[in-house]
Amino acid sequence: MSLAFREALTAFRRAPLLSALSVTTIAFSLFALGLFGLVAVNMRQALRQIEERFEVRAFVAEGTSIDSVSAAMKELGAIPGVAAVTYVSQAQALERARRELGEFRDVFDGEFLPASLELRLRPGLQGQSEVKAVVDRVRGYRFVDDVRYGEEWVAKLYRVRDVAAAAGLVLGLAFAAVSIIIIGSTIRMAVLARSREISIMRLVGATDAFVRAPFLIEGFFKGVLGGALALLFTWLAHQVIDRTLIETTFFDARTAALGVLGGALIGLLGSALSVGRHLRKV
Amino acid sequence: MIRFSNVSKAYPRTGTALAGVTLHVAKGEFVFLTGPSGAGKSTLLKLIYFEERPSEGEVRVGGASSKSASRSDVARLRRKLGIVFQDFRLLDDRTVFANVAFALEVIGAPAASITPKVGRLLDRVGLGSKANAFPRELSGGEQQRVAIARALVNDPFVLVADEPTGNLDDRATRGVFQLLRDINAAGTAVVMATHNLELIRRSDYRTVEINRGQVVFDSREPGEGAPAARGSAR
Repeated sequence: MSLAFREALTAFRRAPLLSALSVTTIAFSLFALGLFGLVAVNMRQALRQIEERFEVRAFVAEGTSIDSVSAAMKELGAIPGVAAVTYVSQAQALERARRELGEFRDVFDGEFLPASLELRLRPGLQGQSEVKAVVDRVRGYRFVDDVRYGEEWVAKLYRVRDVAAAAGLVLGLAFAAVSIIIIGSTIRMAVLARSREISIMRLVGATDAFVRAPFLIEGFFKGVLGGALALLFTWLAHQVIDRTLIETTFFDARTAALGVLGGALIGLLGSALSVGRHLRKV
Repeated sequence: MIRFSNVSKAYPRTGTALAGVTLHVAKGEFVFLTGPSGAGKSTLLKLIYFEERPSEGEVRVGGASSKSASRSDVARLRRKLGIVFQDFRLLDDRTVFANVAFALEVIGAPAASITPKVGRLLDRVGLGSKANAFPRELSGGEQQRVAIARALVNDPFVLVADEPTGNLDDRATRGVFQLLRDINAAGTAVVMATHNLELIRRSDYRTVEINRGQVVFDSREPGEGAPAARGSAR
């Protein structure tokens, strides 16, 4: 095995340009994948934030006893999709209106705004139907005058989420496939550059596994290097976007590590395919 | 040791290369393989080291059969064979020492045994003082000696040589041929393809002539004269 490691290192040393080319190619194809991942992560984050802010407001009829309201709050709070239920009294509603609409402060006089129950929903609800189910439950209470939750808006939000998820899957797979093909070809170049060595190895009785080992190690390292480089590029791109355009989040440590590991796996797979193809011919 | 039983080989594009060849090479024998270009000599040698498999018939080499040997069987067989080519097939970016050591390393020889063994082999082929040279710094004859040293690392029972003197001048040819004779004298069989009739005439080794894929002359067969006694091997 030590020879396999040495041969892999020798390959880097003997053909530094070719090795650099493979690593950069791997890095750029993974960078494309990384940028796309960054968009996906931030899009998901943004949608989540919107979902978190999303609430259902039920206006409570005047003269409803505080007991029935608090009983309803308890029941509604127990629904799995509901994160929190808050009661906004008439006084609080007025206070809030004054705060939010400062220029009309003097117009608000007396408690003419209705009290309400505000339901914050858990993010990640499966869709509009689940929101509707909660809304219907709220409507069921006799003391509820009206329920508002921006029906049209909810429909749009979930449409965007579904489209983003589908596009994410298709584009992600396409980018990954392109990466594997590009990496496979660069490693194929490395294999062809050493075909003489491979034929001599075979002539003196090296087994296929032995011939393969240095290439797999080489592919693995190229993948790790390419992956790390891609991560750096993506981080730099993130920094630029974050400072000049919009606030964005970067991958968490686990996702970043998975990205580099993905690069390593792609390098390994590309090598295995290229060497395997070459070995079948000799 | 090497047995060809009614072996035919056809390539998809170029057609028949060998047709119905039956041949036996005994342990420790020296056999010249001769014949015009394209007669099938190289194909016959490739069948010996299982680079090719017969289209019909069977080749048996040191216990391995062309009918049943797997890829790992072939790898095992090649560890008992030495193979030498006209173009030497050395790794240009490695020293003489590293080229020979490489053959030992790829079969997983213990590291401690490699240096002394390579030293001994280089002495044996007369290149002990050039261990640190690169192939491009050597003459053709010297490069072929390195290739022979590499072929000998596993103490092969047979050395297969495809035109080993084809690229060499007379002096180098004589030197390499003498080396092959010495190797044979030490007990290793040698199967050598060559165009060099002078070499064949000067020695009394068995000569097998191939033409159009068939054995047309075998000096060991009863009734045939020794090649040295014949005017020409062709």
